Amino acid sequence: MRFRIYRYDPESGANLENKPWMQDYEITFDPRGKKVLDALIAIKDTLDESLSFRRSCREGVCGSDGVNVNGVNVLACVTALEGLKQPIEIRPLPRLGVVRDLIVDMAQFYQHYRAVKPYLINLDPEPENERLQSPQDRAELDGLWECILCGCCTTACPSFWWNPDKFLGPAALLQSYRFIADTRDQATNERLDFLEDPYRLFRCHGIMNCVEVCPKGLNPLAAIGKIKTLLVKRAL
Amino acid sequence: MPSQPRTPKRTFDAVIVGGGGAGLRAALQLSQANLKVALLSKVFPTRSHTVSAQGGITAALGNVSDDNWHWHMYDTVKGSDYLGDQDAIEFMCRNAASAVYELEHMGLPFSRLEGGKNAGKIYQRPFGGQSQNYGGEQAIRTCAAADRTGHALLHTLYQRNIAARTQFFDEFFALDLIRDAEGSVLGVMALEIETGEPCLFEARATLLATGGACRIFRHSSNAHINTGDGLGMVLRAGLPLEDMEFWQFHPTGIPEVGSLITEGVRGEGGYLVNQDGERFMSRYAPNAKDLASRDVVARAIAQEIRAGRGCGPHGDTVYLKLEHLGAEKIKARLPGIREISMQFAGVDPIDAPIPVTPTAHYMMGGIPTNLHGQVVSPVRYGPEEPTPGLYAVGECACVSVHGANRLGGNSLLDLVVFGRAAGLHMIEFLRENPFPRPLPQAEVDKSLARLARWDKKTGSENVAGLRDAMQRVMQEYCGVYRTETLLKTGLEKLDQVAARLPDAAISDHSKIFNTARLEALELENLLGVARATLVSALARTESRGAHSREDHPQRDDDRWLRHTLYFSQDDQLDYKPVRLKPLTVETFQPSVRTY
Repeated sequence: MRFRIYRYDPESGANLENKPWMQDYEITFDPRGKKVLDALIAIKDTLDESLSFRRSCREGVCGSDGVNVNGVNVLACVTALEGLKQPIEIRPLPRLGVVRDLIVDMAQFYQHYRAVKPYLINLDPEPENERLQSPQDRAELDGLWECILCGCCTTACPSFWWNPDKFLGPAALLQSYRFIADTRDQATNERLDFLEDPYRLFRCHGIMNCVEVCPKGLNPLAAIGKIKTLLVKRAL
Repeated sequence: MPSQPRTPKRTFDAVIVGGGGAGLRAALQLSQANLKVALLSKVFPTRSHTVSAQGGITAALGNVSDDNWHWHMYDTVKGSDYLGDQDAIEFMCRNAASAVYELEHMGLPFSRLEGGKNAGKIYQRPFGGQSQNYGGEQAIRTCAAADRTGHALLHTLYQRNIAARTQFFDEFFALDLIRDAEGSVLGVMALEIETGEPCLFEARATLLATGGACRIFRHSSNAHINTGDGLGMVLRAGLPLEDMEFWQFHPTGIPEVGSLITEGVRGEGGYLVNQDGERFMSRYAPNAKDLASRDVVARAIAQEIRAGRGCGPHGDTVYLKLEHLGAEKIKARLPGIREISMQFAGVDPIDAPIPVTPTAHYMMGGIPTNLHGQVVSPVRYGPEEPTPGLYAVGECACVSVHGANRLGGNSLLDLVVFGRAAGLHMIEFLRENPFPRPLPQAEVDKSLARLARWDKKTGSENVAGLRDAMQRVMQEYCGVYRTETLLKTGLEKLDQVAARLPDAAISDHSKIFNTARLEALELENLLGVARATLVSALARTESRGAHSREDHPQRDDDRWLRHTLYFSQDDQLDYKPVRLKPLTVETFQPSVRTY
């Protein structure tokens, strides 16, 4: 199988002018049932120890290994090799700074996540047992809480590419709505105040890249739409 | 003044190594007490392996079936094959309900019950080994957020730590404990992965929450990161590991990949069949059938496969059937395993059974601790004593609530109950020990030398090759069934692998995000864990829980109702009694264990 992988070595020094390059690899590998991460590991283990990427759970739940494969943001560990056009081109997630090879600097992404106060705010005294929540109210959280913070959606979003420091991006907005939608949360107004801003939320132009790439099948655009509706309702 | 270390140093009240459920729960306690706490994690915390836990967290809330913590305690003691310490088990089961309510208050999105007087309460499902009335009817005790409870728990705890402003050091790899001559632990040496620079974290209290180590095996449900780093640190510090012969093989893993299909599938009504379509569990566990304890089900599957009744083209799996549950229920209650099954087994469980086989899943043993998470070890010939300044919690620790076999749903519980308990004790310890002790430069240098060893440019062996060799040895010689011959051969072969380690070199000598170097350091930890496992398993000439010796098929309480302690120096073994006396209730006397 043939691969073309983005490489960047920040220590390469002046002779390479610290420039990234595309490196070709060829390995004998039976792709049946195997994923892109299996190939990356095989390349690292047998051809080139210096090839660097993040990985952890290898089953699509930890969100470590978001990469761009043949132009699409995916999780390497759940992306089947079969059916991919060769050479399979693997690049880091777009727009974020590259630390090395396929490893990107997620600091901006995490900062936006923290900015939406991604935790339940409820100032009532805690009951001795659980707070009640009807299954219907709980169902409002489905499609929101399962986000794995892989960054595939946000780094696929043109609005984020133009304003990465000001537009929160689909992942953080999805998380904001996860708490707005939670009947146990009491900070809806405060959360909406924060989002009522020309950039943080309203730079979303409904391009839908986020929906297309989310490896968990979530729909950040729908969540953003619901936030916008709430803002309109509140204004009336 | 003693000489000051030259390495960059950061000083905190407490340092926590590991950002999974246990580390985050303890960090929260400390941050909320306004202490300066540094949480080091080799991955961004939500990448930790807690995220993979599926089925749930066990607590006798009684939302669905009649229940109380004492029945939960009985089940846990029996599940442990009586090797669990009954004081610790009582402590965990007594605190289970409040721990789960606390998680709910933190915002964990538990699934909820429909209709009736319990409408809106936390959803609970049956899990293996759960009973009412001390071995009676099946209890329904495991609290769940669909089949992604670990994800929900890990993210919720991380979020609470954001609110509490815990200081995170993401992508820092801990190298060694720093211990002074009196045995006090004064912090850890760590490596900042992004820069490749070593950094000393000085703290009056250190907590290890580094998780499991199933990556010693070739087929495992564990994440790549589960390399037993905390265990390696403890062994190098001259401290023992407890009960390392006990590894849980989860009955239902996806062949080859090892990814897990939760026990919750059987809790929701799924069942296992062999190639004849027979529900074979009724032969092995007439009462509990598919919901017998994990060790029992894993052995049953191994027996079926061995007897030639396996499924699939190679006859090396059995089938887990859940089509009869219907698409609705599968989508609502088991969406995660449906996804994993489609991705890794190529099967949509709505239409067809999932092929499964036992997979290495959980380490019951680990760093010996008491109820407060304090790391304990025997001092000379006397009884065990806490190691000042050192704590351990979660899968890396052995408190021991799981004994010889862990019950499903008890590991998430272990994380939060003992994470909180350790946090509370650390707060007290920090108050009583307000001043840092001088750091011994020699210890720092030793750790740096260990790191520098991988600067070596030439060598005939590579890390991936040695890791693969070790994993094959452990898989073949230390799996579900063991014998003296197998274990002895395994140990010899592991020796051969370890002997190749000095000849190993990495070809990447860069500083920035050098994952080749990390994998080399992880391999050193894995090899220590593998060795502890084989030596401990060879010595234990009985079958108990997950440790099945075909040459010693019976449990032998007279000789072996005791915990193993392994020291890496000379492979020394020591033993300590099981704590049979609970805190307030009567002892559950060891008896024959059937399901």
